[in-house]
Amino acid sequence: MTDAVNVSGLKKRFGEVEAVAGISFSVRQGELFGFLGPNGAGKTTTINMLTGLARPDSGTFSIGGIDCLENPRGAQHLIGVVPDESNLYPELSGFDNLSFCGALYGMRKTEREARARELLDSFGLAGAGSRKFSGYSKGMKRKLTIAAGIMHSPGILFLDEPTTGIDVASARQVRALIQDLHDRGTTIFLTTHYIEEAERLCGRIAFIVSGRIVRTDTVENLLQPILKKHVVHITCESLAEGIREDLASSFQGLAFTLPQNSMIRAEADSPVPVGPVVRFLEEAGAVVLEARRIRPSLEDVFVEVTGIESNAMQSEKRNGGGR
Amino acid sequence: MNTLTAFWNIFVKDMRTYYLKPPNISWGLIFPLAWTGMFFLKSGSGLESIPSLLPGLVAISILFGTTSMLSVTVTFEKKNRSFERLLLAPISLKSLMLAKTGGAIVFGVVNAFIPVIMAAFFADISQLRLIVFLPAVFFIAVASTFLGLFIAVSVSEVFEAQTFSNFFRFPMIFLCGLFFPISRLPMLLRPVSYALPLTYGADMLHGSIGGGNAMPLLLDLALLILFCAALFAASLWNIKRKWIA
Repeated sequence: MTDAVNVSGLKKRFGEVEAVAGISFSVRQGELFGFLGPNGAGKTTTINMLTGLARPDSGTFSIGGIDCLENPRGAQHLIGVVPDESNLYPELSGFDNLSFCGALYGMRKTEREARARELLDSFGLAGAGSRKFSGYSKGMKRKLTIAAGIMHSPGILFLDEPTTGIDVASARQVRALIQDLHDRGTTIFLTTHYIEEAERLCGRIAFIVSGRIVRTDTVENLLQPILKKHVVHITCESLAEGIREDLASSFQGLAFTLPQNSMIRAEADSPVPVGPVVRFLEEAGAVVLEARRIRPSLEDVFVEVTGIESNAMQSEKRNGGGR
Repeated sequence: MNTLTAFWNIFVKDMRTYYLKPPNISWGLIFPLAWTGMFFLKSGSGLESIPSLLPGLVAISILFGTTSMLSVTVTFEKKNRSFERLLLAPISLKSLMLAKTGGAIVFGVVNAFIPVIMAAFFADISQLRLIVFLPAVFFIAVASTFLGLFIAVSVSEVFEAQTFSNFFRFPMIFLCGLFFPISRLPMLLRPVSYALPLTYGADMLHGSIGGGNAMPLLLDLALLILFCAALFAASLWNIKRKWIA
């Protein structure tokens, strides 16, 4: 079976900045493929090149078997795009926006109006269909933008940071909608800097950092090496200087890190002796607030593979919006 | 068929969203009226001067009607990124931009008839040769619209589009022979006049009323069409270079 998306040696430079540095990957038909990386890693530039909004400096790519360098607009009818910002027409109603987007793909009036009603209904926006897009909340705008991206029922959907900047409830709804689209057979290329989102939704993930793909694998394979690890997070009021070194010399076989201020992370191949570690800290003068066993996650893999500290991604989350 | 559906819907959306809005329609009516009044007051002449003023008024109405809206709407859509939706659609860039400019062309043509209708109430304009007037109006509208498009794709902010438009529009009022012949301009400025598309459109309009054209009408038409093609090609090239970079 032909890959839905096939990319080889794709490069893009903006002046001195190498935004995408020769990436190669493929997305299989029906797959939900995640493109995970921090802001400025090259995710949006990659999507722009794949969807025809930017020209690569070099490399090749095909969508649905169509060589997009030879025929840049040849695959446009196969794809749907949901950009990182809701970019529908503010002066049109939700219904008119969807209907207009359908018309851009040649849908006839009766067909596109029926489809618009169906989508408004299934996205929980039926009551707001006649309202102007400019009056929608951020979450509603995001949902309508996704609906617009699938108006023409594309086989391949590009989703750029779909939950950035929206509240927790809306983000949940959007994730459920993405999962539903995938269950119905749509191939999805999802870019995100939310690690949990990628872990929850994607079958395969590529980690992209500074324009380079550093690892591509299934979520299962990525998690395999760390599933046997035991991790404990201990939160204190404050930590004395050198405490990490003191812990390491007292508890052989345990690895200690300080992922955040006032937090100690203890990691081992066997269960972490929480009691003795907490007692040690208290005897050293620390006020322990909480000790929690943590299930190792994709975040740990990301940190290990990319070398980017998880708190760098965490701060992006805080700046980016609700979860 | 797909391209036709997309083309028609882009055109209709723009007409509904931008051109048929009350402020825009009132601008289309007030603007030619204000210019007519200004020239009457300035010249101190009577109603018999209306036919000689009409070509200039028609040209101004088209020029301002087309450029003021298109350059702003395209820049606005580019700025809020809704223009990306159009760029992602499976239609050629040429069809897309023709659809996008269609509304402005129609608006310009409609604007051209406002001074004509008003003039018909006050003066005898029976000498108007429609066979010359209609193509002149249409191609002035096309050239002005494509000039607006060229401006829109050359700037990134809405206010820049307005400033840049005026940079072209106001000199054209005086340099293109709308109200006095190019032969009365200083020698140094004449080459500039001949480099502007409105010069040929205005000459055709003068030719359509009382045969006051300075150049052969077919040459005017050919050069006007050439300007239209060049401005459209330059705009497409600019879009590819700047917006699909």
